[in-house]
Formats: sequence, C-alpha cells, structure tokens
Amino acid sequence: MPRIEIDGQSYEVQGGDNLLSACLSLGLDLPYFCWHPAMGSAGACRQCAIIQYKDAEDKRGKLVMACMTPVADAMRISLDAEQARKFRSDNIELLMTNHPHDCPVCEEGGECHLQDMTVMSGHTFRRYRGLKRTHNNQDLGPFINHEMNRCIACYRCVRFYDEYAGGKDLQVLGMHNNVYFGRFEDGALENEFSGNLVEVCPTGVFTDKTFSAHYVRKWDLQSAPSICVHCGLGCNIAPGERYGELRRVINRYNGEINGYFLCDRGRFGYGFVNSPERIRKPQLNGRLDITTDTAESYFRSLLQTGEPTIGIGSPRASLEANFALRTLVGEENFFLGLEDTEHGLLNIIAELMRDGGIHSPSLREVEQADAVLILGEDVTHSAPRLALSLRQAARNASFELAGTLHVLPWQDAAVRNLDKQALTPVFIAGICATRLDDMATNTHYGSPEDIARLGFAIAHGLDQSAPAPAALSDAEQSLALAIAGSLKQAKRPLIVSGTGCASLAVIQAAYNVAKALPSVNKQLVFTAPECNSLGLAIMGGRHLQQAFERVGSGSAGSVIILENDLYRRASAQDVDLFLEAAAHVVVIDSLENKTTEHAELLLPAATFAESEGTLVNNEGRAQRYFPVYPATEPVRGSWQWLTAIIEDSQWQHHDALTTACANAFPDLAAIVQAAPGAGYTVKGCKIPRQPHRYSGRTAMHSNINVNEPAQPSDIETPFAFSMEGDTAHVPPALLPVIWAPGWNSNQAINKFQQEIGGHLHGGDAGVCLIEASGTMPWFSDIPSAFKPEQDQWHIMPLPHIFGTEELSLHSSPIVERLPAFCVLLNPLDSETLEVDSGDQVGICDLSGDLILKAPVQTELTLPRGLIGITAGLPAFQSLQNITQVTLKKVNQEGRL
Amino acid sequence: METLDKPLTKNIRPDRAFATLADYESTGGYQGLRKTIAELQPKDVQQWVKDAGLRGRGGAGFSAGLKWSMVPMDANAPQTRYLIANADEMEPGTFKDRILIEQDPHQLIEGMIIAAYAIQANTAYIFLRNEYHLAKLRLAYALQEARSKGYLGEHILNSAFSLEIVLHTSAGRYICGEETALINVLEGKRATPRAKPPFPLVSGLWGKPTVVNNVETLCNVPHILHYGVEWYQGLARGADKGTKLFGASGRVKRPGLWELPMGTPIREIIEQHAGGMQGGYKLRGFLPGGASTDFLLPEHLDVAMDFDAVAKAGSRLGTGTIVVLDDQTCPVQMVLNLEQFFAQESCGWCTPCRDGLPWTVTLLKDIIAGQGRIEDLDTLSGLTRMLGPGNTFCALAPGAMEPLQSALKYFREDFEHYIVDQSVAMEPV
Repeated sequence: MPRIEIDGQSYEVQGGDNLLSACLSLGLDLPYFCWHPAMGSAGACRQCAIIQYKDAEDKRGKLVMACMTPVADAMRISLDAEQARKFRSDNIELLMTNHPHDCPVCEEGGECHLQDMTVMSGHTFRRYRGLKRTHNNQDLGPFINHEMNRCIACYRCVRFYDEYAGGKDLQVLGMHNNVYFGRFEDGALENEFSGNLVEVCPTGVFTDKTFSAHYVRKWDLQSAPSICVHCGLGCNIAPGERYGELRRVINRYNGEINGYFLCDRGRFGYGFVNSPERIRKPQLNGRLDITTDTAESYFRSLLQTGEPTIGIGSPRASLEANFALRTLVGEENFFLGLEDTEHGLLNIIAELMRDGGIHSPSLREVEQADAVLILGEDVTHSAPRLALSLRQAARNASFELAGTLHVLPWQDAAVRNLDKQALTPVFIAGICATRLDDMATNTHYGSPEDIARLGFAIAHGLDQSAPAPAALSDAEQSLALAIAGSLKQAKRPLIVSGTGCASLAVIQAAYNVAKALPSVNKQLVFTAPECNSLGLAIMGGRHLQQAFERVGSGSAGSVIILENDLYRRASAQDVDLFLEAAAHVVVIDSLENKTTEHAELLLPAATFAESEGTLVNNEGRAQRYFPVYPATEPVRGSWQWLTAIIEDSQWQHHDALTTACANAFPDLAAIVQAAPGAGYTVKGCKIPRQPHRYSGRTAMHSNINVNEPAQPSDIETPFAFSMEGDTAHVPPALLPVIWAPGWNSNQAINKFQQEIGGHLHGGDAGVCLIEASGTMPWFSDIPSAFKPEQDQWHIMPLPHIFGTEELSLHSSPIVERLPAFCVLLNPLDSETLEVDSGDQVGICDLSGDLILKAPVQTELTLPRGLIGITAGLPAFQSLQNITQVTLKKVNQEGRL
Repeated sequence: METLDKPLTKNIRPDRAFATLADYESTGGYQGLRKTIAELQPKDVQQWVKDAGLRGRGGAGFSAGLKWSMVPMDANAPQTRYLIANADEMEPGTFKDRILIEQDPHQLIEGMIIAAYAIQANTAYIFLRNEYHLAKLRLAYALQEARSKGYLGEHILNSAFSLEIVLHTSAGRYICGEETALINVLEGKRATPRAKPPFPLVSGLWGKPTVVNNVETLCNVPHILHYGVEWYQGLARGADKGTKLFGASGRVKRPGLWELPMGTPIREIIEQHAGGMQGGYKLRGFLPGGASTDFLLPEHLDVAMDFDAVAKAGSRLGTGTIVVLDDQTCPVQMVLNLEQFFAQESCGWCTPCRDGLPWTVTLLKDIIAGQGRIEDLDTLSGLTRMLGPGNTFCALAPGAMEPLQSALKYFREDFEHYIVDQSVAMEPV
C-alpha cells in the first residue's frame, strides 16, 4: 500500500484510489460536492482543492483537485495550506452567489451537505451584490419536490439518475450559470430510483415531497434502525418519527445490501403506517371496540373450543411472530399463508440455497458479476434495488477495458466513454420487455415454459450431462449456445431468477444453468416476493390449501390469521368458504383489508415502525428491525398478542422468543446474532433514539396536557425513547441515525465506514443463515414448448413496483403512481380479437362467464397466447388463481 | 519561387473565389500526399512534421508531429483511430481558419489525408463552426471533388490506405473548440470538456485514440511533405518554424489577415501590414492572440510573434490575430464586452467558471455604471487568480481572465476613474 504525507503526517492509503476518497477513508475532513462514493469523480465542483508538492524541497506546491488526483507512493499533499483553504472558501462564495438564503424554511436545513461544507470551508462574509438567478420549478410527481433556485450545479442528480440508474427523463438543460436540472416538461419522474435524488442532491433542490409536506429537522426526528418491508431484499432504512407519525424513510447504509441507494417503493411506501385504515383498537365482529383485557380473554376463550385451532402465518410478519403463532397452535396446525404455487417455489428455492452448492450473493457481490443471465424475472418490479445493482454489473466490461488504458474506476466519465466498446454479457429472458433491456446484450421473450426450456438448453450447452429440452427451434438452440458460450468465459457469472414466472421449471432451469457453469465464483440469486418470504419458507409449514381443506372437513375450530390478507393468496371463492366454515376467526393485522372484515376478533398489530422482529431476505440474511416509536396502546406487536395468551409462556420478552425460534430451527440458529439483545448498553446507557439536540419532548403535547409525560420505556430492545446516551460507538445493526460532528447529512456515513464505499466499522448489519453446500442432481422435468390455444389465453401476472406489493398500496404517493389496470396483449392477438390499445375486452372464464372488463394495451414483446396483467392491483383480485381465460371484444354499447 | 514564401495563402485570391481541385493541383496541390503515399511510412510522416517544428496553430502551440507520435499504434492498440480537424473557430477577433477553408479547402483536405495517414486513421471529421455557411458549402464541394479524383475513399491513390472525411457542422458554442468538448459533441453529448487524463490520444472519440488538430496546423502539412523540412524551417524569422496567418483588427488603417513568417515582430504587423493607427487614434495596447490573451502595451511592439517570445512578454501568441485597443476606447468596457462573451459561453460544468464569470460581469457593469467600490478591484483581482490555470476544469476561464488581469495591471486608472469620478463618459465599445 502506498504511503503518502498529508500535512506532515504519514499515512497508508489504498493504491489506485483518488486523494479525496483516500483522505475521507482516513477520517480526515475535506469538503466535496460532485464526487460521490458510488459514482466516482466528476471534477466539476472544484471544492476538494488541496496542495500537492512536487518533492520534499517544494514549499509552494500547486493546487489540485483531490478527487481527480490518483494517490502515488511518497506523495506529499496539504489540506491545511492557506492557499488551499482560501480556494475552498472562495469556491463556496461563488456557489453562494446564486444559492438563496432560505435555509430556515428549507426542508434540507440542518442536514444539508451544502451547509456542512460551507461551515467546513469557512466562507462567512458575502461580497456579491448582484441579483441571484432564478428558475421555474417543475412538478416532478408525488415523490420529489423541485426547488431549482437552490441548485449549486454539482451535476450529481443527472449523473445518478441518467448514468447510474439508467433514467431518461431528467436532464441538464441550458448552459453557463443558467444550467437547469429537470425534465423536458413537468411530470412524474419515471425512474424507479428517483427518490435517491433526495440524498444525492447536496442541498434542497430535490427533496422528499412526502416529508416536505410536514417536515421537521433531523434533530427532532426519532429514529431506529429498520429494514424495508416492501420486497424481499431487506434494504436497510432509517425511518424518522415526530408526533407519533412516521415522517419519512431514508437510506441506512449497508455495505452488503443497499449501499447508498433505495428504490422508490422502499422510500415512499411507508405511508401505510400513518394510514386512516390502520386498526387502532381490538374489535369484536367488526364494531365493538373492546379493551385489551377483554380482547385477551376472548382470544383465550376461542382457543378452548375443543377442535384444534389453526394458525396462518405471513411472509410480511417477523420470524418471531410466525414462530409464536406456530407454537400457539402447534406445528401440525401451522400454515404458511402463501399462495400455493409460490409456497412450492419458495420451498425449492430454500432447498437450493441450502443444498444446491451455489453461492447466493449479496447485492455487493451482484455488482461484481462479469456475465449475467436473468431467467424469467422482471427484477425492476419484483426486487427493484437488485435491478440497480445489475445495472452496475453491466458496466464491469468497461471497467476492465478502462484498466488496460490505465483509466481508474473512479474516473467516471472516462470509463463511461468506453461503455459502447466493452459490453458485459447480460442476457434477459422474460415474459415481455423489462426495464433492464436497454443494458442487455440479448433479450428473449417467451412463456414461462419457453423461458425454462431456454434455460435447460443453456445448461446443456454448458455441460453435456445436463438434460436438454426436446424439439428446440434452431433460433432458440443457437441463442442458448451463444449464451452458454458467454457464460462459460466469465469468471464471476451470475444467474438471476425468482418466483416471478410462478414456474417451478424456470427455477429448476436456473439451477441447472448455475450448476453447469464451470467457474468456481459462480452465483445464483433468487428474488423473494416479500420481506420475510424466505424466512417463512425456511421455518416451513403447511400449504394454505391444506388449511382450507382442514376447515372444510370440519376438523378445525378457530382460525388465527397473522398479518395476512388471504384474498391476495387464494381465490375469493375459496377464502370466503374458508372464513365462513371456520368456527371463529381471529385476525391480527395493522391495516383493514378484505380478510379483516371477516374477523370475529380483530387485534391491532403494530407495523414495522412500532415493533421489533427479525426478517430473512432473499439472500438468507437475517436482520433485525426495531420500533422507531412506541405503538399507541392498545396497538402492539403481533408477537405480543400471541405470547400474551400462550399458557405459561416462557417468552416474556422478544429476545427470549428470538432465542427459542433460533433453537427450534437449525437453519435459523444464527438469528440471535442479527443484532445485540435488549441488554446491550453503551457506557451503561441504552442507545438513544433521539438525537442529542432533540427538542420539545416536554412541550410537544403541552396544548393537551401540561404534565410532563413519563418517558416511554422499552424493555424489548437496546434502545431508549430518549436523547441520553451514545450513538457514536454502536454496532451497525444498532445505528439509529447517521450523524457525525460537522457532518449533519446522511453523507456522514463516511465516518462509519472502514473505507469509503466499503463495509461499516464492526461489520455490516445482519447475519447470513445459510451457505450453500453439496450439490443437487440435474433437474430434468423439462416442459414442452408453449403452444397458444385457439381463443384461450394464459394469464401472466406481471409484477409492478407500484401496485404489486400490499403495504405500499396504502401509501398515497404510491397510489398516485399505480399503472392503469389493463390487459397486455400481443398485437397479433389483438388483431384476431379486432381490438386495439384502449379498447375494452371482457375477460371470461373458460365457460364464457364474464369475470371483468379491462382496456387492452398491445405489447409487441409479449408472446401470443398470453395476457399480461399487473399483479396485486385491487382489480386483479377477481383473477386470483385463475390461469386460463377467454377474451371477448366489448362493443360500443358495452356489451360483449 | 514567389509562392513558396506564402505556402498557406498562395491560392487565395483577392476576389474571394475559391480554388477548385484543378486550381489547387495547378500550384502543386496533392503532391505532398502523392509523395507521402508513394514514399513514406506513417512513422516517417510523423518524424518529418516533428522535425519541421510545426506547432499547433489553435493557440496551445504543441508540436503536431509529437502529438501524432504519441498515438498508440502497436499491434495491441485499438485499430480504430480518428482524426478531427478543429474548425470551430469562435475566438473573438479571429478569422484565419475561415479564410483558409473558404478559399482553399483542398489544402485542409490534403493536410487531413496526410495526417490521417500518419496515424493510420480511416475516418476523419471536420468540426465546423456553425456560422461558417460558405465554408460548409465549399468544403462539401471540395470533398466531393477529392473523392471523385481518388484522393479520398477506399484505396487512396491505389494504396492500401483508405480514408473517409465527415463534415460536421456545430450547433454553435465557443466551448466546442476545446478538443474534448468537441469530441463529446460529436458523440451527441453536451458540450462539456472531458477530464484529462485520459487524453484523446489514448481514449478520444467513442473511446478510441483521437488526434484533434487545428485547421491552420493541418494546412501546413502538405507543404512540409511537398517541399521538405529544411525549406519549411527556412520560412521563419524567429525560434518557431514556418509561416502563420497573422491578423489585426481595431482602429488600424487596414484591418486584415496576412501570411507572414513566424517570428515577425508585432510592430511590423500593426504598422506596416495594417498600416498603423487610423488618424486621430493612438495605440494604447493590444491583445496579441485573440480575446483570451493578455493585453500588451506599445512597449511590446518589438516582440516577435513566436510562442515563447510572446509568453515571455506576458501574454500568449494564441491564434496570432491581434486585437488593437486605441486611446479613445475604454479598456474597462472592452474587457466587459469580452467577459460577457466568456460568461455566456461557459459550459456550466465547473464552479469557478460558471459562477465566477457572471460575477466578474456584474462587477464590471457596476463599475461602469458608477456603482463600483474600490474594493471591487481586489475582488476582480481575486477572481482572476481563482479562475486561473489549474483551478478550473478547462482553459476557458483562465483564458477569459487574461485580458482582465492584464487590464487591471496596465489600465488600473481607468477602473479607478469610474469608481472615484462617477461622471466619466467613454465611448462605448
């Protein structure tokens, strides 16, 4: 490692790094704007100026930009030299000629990188007397506010949005000091990662609209480390609360998973927590609000009916809650509450992850892949943050080419200028066009059967002992061989698949491909639809259909449904029958839904923001989330409702429940290590959820009550609802908020990393539960090619980032972005039906009875014989579990 | 041989008609190319041009032959390479490339073919200033002529060498003259310069090795190949070699453009070729090489127009087109005029240029409007340092600061006059 001298002191730095990143890695303070640890250097803002000396004799040195200067052994530099300090201060003065003085009314104030860097640079006195340039702001949709007058033109927004995230509709327009960062015209930002602009922007140009509506200062937000519940990736988040309302979600860096970025569903989907549809009190038969005691004794009485009680778990509830339910009803009466096909798929995924012998990568590892095959998964919509990582993996060939030209990875524009010449092989086989197709070297669209067949053929192309599909077309055969050829060359090939096709064959084909790959560094990643889908699959339990049968046969008494709307899991008819046949229905949930309407006893559950628990992400990583603020009685964590009524429960506390769960399942043994338990203290104190400058605790509700309220206590976690204590030295799993002296924005994360962009001090949060070992035999159950049938269509539920996930559907900004409900149809099929985009068709069952009407949208890439329908939208429920339909044109009178 | 004194302009006629292919060939045109193709290896061409001492005529004065020799050409290097003729002449006061293109387009074309041969590039671009409509028409015509005669296209003069030249007209920004911004624009990106390294020689257009030469530089090349290194070196009067187009504008008797030996004293250009100052005007100072060079004073009239000599006097040879300041034109207003241009043309990428130039303009306007403060002069001086070489992303802002910093040095009393006596009336520029 090179040694360099900074202001007379010698340091070891990472070879190949730039000086800015090296200085920050050493814990030194050097201001910057345009450089971003994930996006490299731009050289635009000129803020990180330092002095570089030629040699030991050179006393004067020359001014250089730290971000643009590679480290070299024996280099001598100064951050402190007067010339450098003056330049940095003068540079801020220039930025401030146009920046408005609206900090007191700016949402960013108090956590503004520009404020921090201004203070760090020492510019205080304003000499500029001219007018400030002004801009019009745009309506960028429900997520993002636009206040262009605050812009300091660091270009980070467009570099993130266009280059890093692949967006098309945010551009830099204009020139000189009139550069404008916006859309061609007003309209919602289209990219799925637009929310990151809030954190990428060093000041208040792009702010979180959901937060702006009722913003508070960062120091007045109560926070706790949390895990995103809106898909199966387990991104780390830092939610903030004030006045008993969740105000926002921001990124919480995890070096293995989300790094610096979240998707828009994860950032803006939190509104369900504050929703008026929240269940706030226990209810009997949908009306009577009852007390907690009454609810508990009623609950107990329902368990004494003689017939065994059955429990239905949930992939969006914690391991602990599911385990408590499973214990309460007994293993033989515990059903997972997954849609049946998905249940089967998750079982095989869990099995492959455990016994398949192929490493399941973190998102950091995904970004290292040098060849990618995506088999049947529309990742942008099913596991959005993974799509952003795949987009980075697609750049690896240009990084490699850059290396041969002595261009370093952080020389961002120079690497990007090479991207057309060096294509990383990325193959996408999907149902129809995906949002990642623009970075693919090859795309192929087909039915799940055909996607699986292509996968099996690729596997066979890689390894002749893998079974080959029969009667493959010449085109498919040569495509499979081409893909196999590319994957074979790769050092770190990655196969991506998941439950998106609802096809066992697709998952098996993905495994065969991965198994057939020669590289020892091969990786296989499966997406999981919900935040604890994999945890639930590892825990194991019976199928939902079996629960229906159990109740249908009259051999069950009460039914306890844990955080689950069964109408999203099975056909309405089946669920109706089930709920009617059950002697008693107890539902524990946080939001009203169709299932809660049928509850005899409805118990109000805390959301992720008000309770604790452990979730297992798609990679098999267990992570703990903690209550950001206390649930308002009688709302409590699901696990608390359940443990409260377990006779002689030994689990008074969450830690004991976690330990019991870990002891019950060998694969979950490590979950206790996901985070320290409630006994953890720093210098004898619990960890404060409130920053040390938190204001007004005693005044907050003084309009209602002048008595000082007692501080709520938290005996379940290492956190206190207090501002007293130390957050500077806690393990990453317990970091409630990212904050360091002089660094008030989220960019303070620099101070918590082992090196810039690397792992956190003390190791990234979470613990991997399973590491694949052994190998499994080739799968050989290859489906035959899909043949469209006359006048019949197969329904393909297509995921959508906005609409498919249940909880975010209760968040109004997400609702504003829902795709219109429609039927995607191949143009040739629509021609046969004599309909065009916008025309209505009737979707009918095979006996011709109308299910619902919907407008048609033609989609060239969708195979004939399939109809694509966005999964999860309310209108979709009537199609739940229906696979084949007929279509009829709706005439002008609205008749079929 | 009279024409050999003025190789660049030998075909330029007073009636502004342009030299057709036949005209061009009749004065030795394409002989340099024929010799190159028949007798020389690419390395030889690079060496000839290096030996001749041809320095870049766009203003930076880098050795053209040396630049070509730095293009990676070994077996492992990318086999695609590009040559670009920078014809985005937008420096205020500069109009030399325009005359060369409009009136003798084949000279540029031949220079490009030889240069492309020297670096074995098979595609070349002419990046032409937006406003040069006549140049565009004439170049397009000349390219067609050259193609039809086998000077361009597949197997030039029946050799193994092929070249296509693409004429690209700019949408019109000063910054496009910066070679890396020019490359970005050719790729369809914003006109923002690129960070160096990597230099275009290593990773330029579409990430391939790329040489960008100024039009006048390329126009020298055919003659070096045709008439030889010694002849070329013998043309000059000073340290630098060859001839150059020198111009003069402002209140001189005969504003114009002349091909003169490198090293011609400034006095000769202003007093003899431009005929001296108009009646009633005295020479107060001049920008020797276009708008982005430091003012020099009458005491510098005997400085030779050579890259190093002008630099020693405290300015730059730049494009060699002199802008004359007379005693009845206000230097403050002249500088304001220039700074407005530069502020307007800043690409907006880096902070000092984007936000420093508009502040400069504001301060100068305040001063001229009688609202200046004496400490504003310190602020302006501070800005000239802040926006100086090495501090900004490219050379635009440092260039813009050159006339200002020298004006503050030489004409400080004019600035102070506005501030102290707010009733100054000067003829606007």
